[in-house]
Amino acid sequence: MSELATPIKPEPRRFGLRNMLTMYAVAARQAIIEQLQYPAANMMFMVHILIEPVIYLVVWSSVATSQGGAIGGYTAAEFAGYYIIWTLVRQFNLAIGPQGFHWRIKEGRLAAELLRPVHPLLPDLGYYLGYKVPQTIYWLPMGILLWLLFKPEINPVAWQIAAFPVVLMLAFFVRFFFMWLLGLVCFWTERVDALFELYFAAELLFSGRLVPLEVMPTWAQNVANFLPFQWTFYFPIEVLLGRVDLPEFWPGVLAQLAWIAGGYTLVRLIWKLAVKRFTAVGS
Amino acid sequence: MLKPIKLFGLFARISILNEVQYRANFFLQVLQSSLSLGTGLIVLSVVYSYTDNLGGWSQAELLAVYGVFVLMSGLIGSLVLPNMWAFMEDVREGRLDFTLTKPEDAQVLISVRVVAIWRLVDVVLGLVVLGVAITRMGLEASWWLAFAFAATLIMGMVLLYCVLLLASILSFWFVRVWELMEMMQSIFQAGRWPVGIYPDWLRLGLTYLIPVAFAVTVPAEALTGRLTPELLAGTLLFTIVALVVTRLIWKWGLRNYSGASA
Repeated sequence: MSELATPIKPEPRRFGLRNMLTMYAVAARQAIIEQLQYPAANMMFMVHILIEPVIYLVVWSSVATSQGGAIGGYTAAEFAGYYIIWTLVRQFNLAIGPQGFHWRIKEGRLAAELLRPVHPLLPDLGYYLGYKVPQTIYWLPMGILLWLLFKPEINPVAWQIAAFPVVLMLAFFVRFFFMWLLGLVCFWTERVDALFELYFAAELLFSGRLVPLEVMPTWAQNVANFLPFQWTFYFPIEVLLGRVDLPEFWPGVLAQLAWIAGGYTLVRLIWKLAVKRFTAVGS
Repeated sequence: MLKPIKLFGLFARISILNEVQYRANFFLQVLQSSLSLGTGLIVLSVVYSYTDNLGGWSQAELLAVYGVFVLMSGLIGSLVLPNMWAFMEDVREGRLDFTLTKPEDAQVLISVRVVAIWRLVDVVLGLVVLGVAITRMGLEASWWLAFAFAATLIMGMVLLYCVLLLASILSFWFVRVWELMEMMQSIFQAGRWPVGIYPDWLRLGLTYLIPVAFAVTVPAEALTGRLTPELLAGTLLFTIVALVVTRLIWKWGLRNYSGASA
């Protein structure tokens, strides 16, 4: 038998680290180019995001002022600091919403994504990491404006400023995995809106998104300790606000890492089950 | 004058017939609305746990503001917003031509086409919250109060309709208008609280740019006996001006519209 007759057994294509990095870079670049095309739309989206903390800020600083200057250890100026950092943290923990995932499955987009040699989670990750660049650019003028309007007070020391980008990125990863996990529910049912709202209601109450957790009633603080949400809002905000000392900092980072590991494991597990259920119709 | 109302009745009937086929949607809406109501009430209670007076509004009065907010969201969400989304979709897809060729006034037609009946759940919930708030305030019922409340509520709705229609008209020129609509919906969230607590620059925007003040705070003021006849007259004047301006811009926009379907 000649060499030619031997059945060609394709070498499994190695998807090495270098290819992975290229893939992330391409996805990130795509996000940057795509979003810089629409400055007006992105500015409006920014206002859409900013109005929420501004409402909280006004309400809580007027409550603080009416109670003799401070509640839960926050003065009106510290509330202003909290919610202005909030806006930056919000830019960074933005990840694919379950709505986007729903659309992706309903429109059959996922079929094409499944054919690629990479897990669809990875381009998402690259895309949302790249998205942070235009978002930060669009955020800057708004952040400065809010700073001038509300005159906040924040007191971070050097290491807290240095640690902030790290906990900010970890916050993004925590939220990214849990949003993805929520999106996976769409493999099982179409009627997901109520579930999404339940999730966002829980996030609002237990993440520090509504108000610093110290200001929430004790029952809410206790519940929050068993959920991932506070590591995506409250913790990074508090770090830059200068309210987290070293003895609290390291357990916080560990908790972020633990929730990332937990979220990642769950995504992998449920993804396997989900893909088995998936059937695509059409092209 | 009667024709728009008749048309609205007709379209509402079609919408209802369409929607009652999907009764599960009703229960989902009940679930969603109760969830957001519950969250809103928890937020209020956290504020209450620290203070019983926010910008001169007592707890029961703040509850009334929240009730008006839920009520108004339900009204706009069922009667106005679905029409605006459908209209923008029509412009994009070139289907508006079919509306324009009909003998009835096009602005009326696009404004009364759809009723999202399940969103009326919010109207009911809003009324319940209002009922509780009124009992707690120990309000004495009077014809003047009832009239002032109903009048300001209707005018608030008309004003929001004008602003939302103006934003939708932009789709004659621009493609991505939905961001603007989303932005306006999130700004409407500011109506959960009386606009008096916001700093001046924001309060002016919430009064004249996006009339959250007229839509929620003014009806709540009417209900809590803060409405002066001058404010009522001013609201009426502003509503009429907004209606006329919207009508003019609508006509101007239509002249600029060129159908894409044919």
